[in-house]
Amino acid sequence: MPLGTYKEAVSARSTDSKILDVSQDGGIVSALLCYAIDEGIIEGAVVAGTPDDDWRPIPTVVTSSDEVIAAAGTKYSMSPTLSALKDAVRQNGLEKVGVVATPCQVQGLRKAKAYPFTRFVTEKVNLIIGIYCMENFPMASLDTFATSKLGFDSLTEASKMDIGKGKFWLTKDGEDKGLAIKETHGYEQAGCNVCQDYVAEWADVSTGSVGSPDGWSTVLVRTDDGESVFKAAVDAGLIETKPMDDVKPGLPLLEKLAKGKKDKNTAERERRAKMGVRIPTIY
Amino acid sequence: MFDKLKKAFGGSEEPKPKVQKEVKAAAPAKEEPKAAAPAETKAASSKPRIGYIHLSGCTGDAMSLTENYDILSTVLTDMVDIVYGQTLVDKWIHGTYAEEMPEMDVCLIEGSVCLQDEHSVHELLTAREKSGLIVAFGSCAVTGCFTTYARGGQQAQPKHESYLPISSLVKVDAALPGCPVAPEMIAKTVVAVCEGDLDYLKPAMDLAACNAGCGCDVLTNVVRQGLCSGCGTCGLACPTRAMGYSEGRPSCDRDRCIKCGTCYVMCPRSWLPEGRIKKETGL
Ligand SMILES: Cc1cc2nc3c(=O)[nH]c(=O)nc-3n(C[C@H](O)[C@H](O)[C@H](O)COP(=O)(O)OP(=O)(O)OC[C@H]3O[C@@H](n4cnc5c(N)ncnc54)[C@H](O)[C@@H]3O)c2cc1C
Ligand code: SF4
Ligand code: SF4
Ligand code: SF4
Repeated sequence: MPLGTYKEAVSARSTDSKILDVSQDGGIVSALLCYAIDEGIIEGAVVAGTPDDDWRPIPTVVTSSDEVIAAAGTKYSMSPTLSALKDAVRQNGLEKVGVVATPCQVQGLRKAKAYPFTRFVTEKVNLIIGIYCMENFPMASLDTFATSKLGFDSLTEASKMDIGKGKFWLTKDGEDKGLAIKETHGYEQAGCNVCQDYVAEWADVSTGSVGSPDGWSTVLVRTDDGESVFKAAVDAGLIETKPMDDVKPGLPLLEKLAKGKKDKNTAERERRAKMGVRIPTIY
Repeated sequence: MFDKLKKAFGGSEEPKPKVQKEVKAAAPAKEEPKAAAPAETKAASSKPRIGYIHLSGCTGDAMSLTENYDILSTVLTDMVDIVYGQTLVDKWIHGTYAEEMPEMDVCLIEGSVCLQDEHSVHELLTAREKSGLIVAFGSCAVTGCFTTYARGGQQAQPKHESYLPISSLVKVDAALPGCPVAPEMIAKTVVAVCEGDLDYLKPAMDLAACNAGCGCDVLTNVVRQGLCSGCGTCGLACPTRAMGYSEGRPSCDRDRCIKCGTCYVMCPRSWLPEGRIKKETGL
């Protein structure tokens, strides 16, 4: 199963224009976090903001919907998000915490729950929102895309960054400039080349753009916890949904990409093992 | 190794309702499917005989053990016999209990061993002879942790200067790092031991051979192997907040690092307990 275990797959979008104005796709991540905070399901969350508006992701603890919305949008570089979980629990004293996580971060968090070597932190995480992820880039790679390949003076000129329709996009003065994905190959971080999970298979609920039309998100509801929060947010009118079968390109594309990533990066693991360098031990 | 463990815990088959509750608490999503066949089912024999030896450590690990208030009394009274120990019971060859060290099924050892302390060396070597299994309990026993930095020249015994991981002198069967080892980790291990869940214990057994720990481990074994994803789990793990990040990579402040080894043990790219995560989440 290239998409992991899930109870339900739907296409969805936030109904709040405040969120849709700034969200990457359908604003599902922000809508769920805002709802969960407002309802007291979580007391706060760890997200990736970019306080200096320079696209550098900084792990950030948020405790209100305003703060959630301020951190919306994808930053295509590495955010050591889980390191801030400790601040959420120890400094902020949060007892119920949400985390927005890429697949590798979900793996770190689930491992830390299964083997809690750090006392009394990960047990407080009760909502893991996973985002799909094909790869991630060092900041210097993003700089290269902006300046050398798209002719920007600097990355900070970009008001939006996105990957979709086969291109890496930067928006400047309302105009979208695209770079063929092929041109970005070789600029992703090496750790992504051994990553076999595209759709955050161990999250409570996973979401990303692939499979749904522009401005909408594809949501995979996985655990009971994920289901109860997502359903409640839909029932409260904060999220609208459409059946996956009614949207284009739909789940087949998501499955294809997920399987492609698994196959390619499993081969890379095998290649590295053969060379005699380390790969993660799987228990 | 497995056979020894099975033998040591083969007789343990009393129902332990309280302890099982602990497992569920750690896995809120799903009922825990029964662990792999509980070892052997020979006629209920006596409870496992446990020893607790305190070498050069701060008693933090013993305190962590006692922090499992909810299961501690059940464990101590119904599930195991503490037959030797200075802290948990007053039965100690150098103390009031002047007899021979008794035979033990499992001996937990806290603290590193000081080469100039003849009593410690003797106690450790004797424990290896008397105990079926030796568990390095807490980072001082596993890696030496902060006792690594001892340089002697201090009271009460100025000659005491060489503090080694216990695996330098004896074969260790399982290692539970942490400074101190986390209470939840102890609880989950106790449950696994009592249920004969060898799958859960396997990483701790494989860690037994490791006697070095440092913030450099993630650099040497993860970053330099092209495996790091910048997820931040190592920063979450570090008890002294020695782990910062630069360009999405861990960067260890060596003046803060106490060489506990927790960062590397927690990293999802060192080892990943896929089977256990799937079991706990139902995914
Ligand atoms: C590196 C990366 C690669 C991705 N690749 C794909 C892909 O191939 N296909 C696909 O469908 N989707 C991909 N996504 C997910 C997609 O870009 C959106 O983040 C997702 O659809 C959520 O959109 P939203 O409108 O629901 O979220 P929003 O409401 O906009 O919220 C986004 C959330 O993501 C968090 N976030 C932003 N950057 C990061 C980061 N670097 N690390 C961790 N958290 C972050 C923010 O804090 C915010 O909470 C990727 C995301 C990242 C970070
Ligand atoms: S591709 Fe995998 S390793 Fe790389 S950032 Fe995404 S989830 Fe993490
Ligand atoms: S836990 Fe491992 S993969 Fe994650 S940032 Fe640290 S070294 Fe990198
Ligand atoms: S960096 Fe931190 S977690 Fe790693 S060994 Fe040092 S003190 Fe322990």
